[in-house]
Amino acid sequence: MNPAPAIELVDVTKIYRRYGGRQFTTLKSALLQRSILEDLRPNETFPALRDVSFAVPKGSTFGVVGRNGSGKSTALKLVAGITKPTSGTVRVEGRISALIELGAGFHPEISGRENVFINGIMLGLTKREVQRRFDEIVEFAELRDFIDAPVKTYSSGMYMRLGFAVAIHVDPDILLVDEVLAVGDEGFTHKCLDKFGEFKRRGKTILLVTHSLGLVERFCDEAVWLDNGTKRAQGDPKRVTGAYVTDVERQEEQFLSLGDAKAKREAGEAEPAVDRPAGPVAADGGHADMFQAGEGRWGSGGVEITGVTLMNDQGTATHVYHTGEPMTVELRVHAAGLVSDFVFGAGIFNAEGVCVYGTNTDIEEHEGDTFIGDATVRLEIESLDLVEGTYKLDVAVHKRDGAPYDYHRLLYTFRVKSRLKDVGIYRPRHRWTFSGDRIRFKAPK
Amino acid sequence: MWHNLARLARYRGLIQSLVARELKARYRGSFLGFFWSFVNPLLLLIIYSVVFSVFLPNRVEGVQPYGVFLFCGLLPWTWFSTALNEASGVLISGGNLIKKVLFPAEVLPIVTVLANMVHFFFGLPILALFLVWFTVFPATSVDPDTGRVVQHAIALHWQELVWLPLVIATQLVLTTGLALFLSALTVHFRDIRDIVSNLLTFWFFATPIIYPWFMENLDGYRWFFNLNPFTHLAVSYQEILFFPENEFGHWRWLLALVFASVGVFIAGYWVFDRLRDSFAEVV
Repeated sequence: MNPAPAIELVDVTKIYRRYGGRQFTTLKSALLQRSILEDLRPNETFPALRDVSFAVPKGSTFGVVGRNGSGKSTALKLVAGITKPTSGTVRVEGRISALIELGAGFHPEISGRENVFINGIMLGLTKREVQRRFDEIVEFAELRDFIDAPVKTYSSGMYMRLGFAVAIHVDPDILLVDEVLAVGDEGFTHKCLDKFGEFKRRGKTILLVTHSLGLVERFCDEAVWLDNGTKRAQGDPKRVTGAYVTDVERQEEQFLSLGDAKAKREAGEAEPAVDRPAGPVAADGGHADMFQAGEGRWGSGGVEITGVTLMNDQGTATHVYHTGEPMTVELRVHAAGLVSDFVFGAGIFNAEGVCVYGTNTDIEEHEGDTFIGDATVRLEIESLDLVEGTYKLDVAVHKRDGAPYDYHRLLYTFRVKSRLKDVGIYRPRHRWTFSGDRIRFKAPK
Repeated sequence: MWHNLARLARYRGLIQSLVARELKARYRGSFLGFFWSFVNPLLLLIIYSVVFSVFLPNRVEGVQPYGVFLFCGLLPWTWFSTALNEASGVLISGGNLIKKVLFPAEVLPIVTVLANMVHFFFGLPILALFLVWFTVFPATSVDPDTGRVVQHAIALHWQELVWLPLVIATQLVLTTGLALFLSALTVHFRDIRDIVSNLLTFWFFATPIIYPWFMENLDGYRWFFNLNPFTHLAVSYQEILFFPENEFGHWRWLLALVFASVGVFIAGYWVFDRLRDSFAEVV
């Protein structure tokens, strides 16, 4: 690889300035307080990037991943030269085209043709250069029939295509891409990817900012992970995205457990309301009301669920599971007085509110006899065969006729992760087999 | 700052196409299209002529026909005031470009000034048409005291007309300097837009456009009028185009204004350049 990098960031810090709570600053108040100069000076700062260094070798495709607000777009703007670093240096070698916002300079009233010219000139081409590439641009954007219509009549897809076509035909040495592939239909995305592939083959440098980790793994030679304005990792894209995903899971876990803690606190504070009219109590099975009431807690309080824990196979409480992993739902229950009619139940709902699975001890023929004092009830799920998504859990203890003692409706959340993007609700254990002499599959990557 | 100013020269192609776009977009979709650029000043001039000769006859000696006199000052004023009004908001409305495209922001106020200058140029032939008409066929009125018919001569002299490009160039430099200053400050203080539009109304009446510079009522306030740069522009236009003397008497003031305008431009550009880095963040 060429030792001279195409893009080099050395100890770059970017501090965004907030100007004197400027929403409320008017010229009048500035004059009254004689603070015009102070107001033009930043008095509140927000570091978007802190001491970030990385170099993008010439001809490589470089991915930048990170959460929203991690500084990715700021880094891109610095490389594009739209903003200047507060400290540190940004060095760029070669002509840049930034796909930050497609068609940013289009004027709605004038035709696509004129906009192509103006946009091309804005991006650094001369009029003659645009002239020479014009047919190619129109061809790529598939807008031959509409090129003389005003841009305001274009659909958003056409608008994007034209913007992309112009930007890519600037023939840059370095292409900066900010999440533009998220827009446009399937066909357009493919076309963009093809074009990127072509760029790569021609030895151009691409800096790609995206949330699509698959894209980074597939396309990039190297990746950097920005978190909260600092560089967390850099190197092989698979390794970097892997570290990023693990971190996202950890954060999600924190977030979900925070939500649970809140739900538990609320549930604990509120005395179980006696027969709150949250839903009709069905006489059969006791599950009918599950479909009608919103989240919350109700019941007569004869038996109380004092704690709910979701655990993995190591017995650690967690809220993030991978498809196929075991999960245990542990209920700690307390009966103040002796009860003889009690059923424990649980239900899993997906994000759309569809009941994925519901069961109780009565259905599964564990007939309650007597219960007083404290007890622990465990529902051990051997394998969580669900597709990726966020799920909510109902737990309840009620009478056989459905009259609830303590009903926790959708109070607990867990997340199922999967490497695969299969769809549906339930993921039956399965495998594919093939027979036949003339059918072959490529070796897995 | 000088480096950036030099860089601006490389963007003249862009400025050119943006001015063209601005003009095209303004009349796009209208039936008369570009023709409006001529029709607007023509109609305005006809209206003034009719109002001030029939309904509200202006009998001030020396400014007849009054509609044409008025138009000589009004046409450049329209360029000046429209450009400043538009420029004060142009960085905010063009924020998308500043934030998303590597783009020298000063192009935007400059394009505003130039686009309005082109409109001014479209108005000039209309004005010339009337000037020639009244030179060939002098306007007449009846003196109410003596009952005699008075002829009002206006005359175009080439000795004076050679000054016109300098007057226009001075106005361009002055307007651009102010436009840069206002557009940059408006990013931080949005109130400036409203202040500017009101200030311009006041400024209009404080400039000898609807009344002639030689009116005696002005005598006590001449120092004030002399401080107003547009006084000298308006008087220059009027002397060159309207008044029948064949000498341009206001040239000393005009030359002083040339230097002042360059000063305003440099100051405006300096402020703009100082605030430049904040645009992409604040807009």
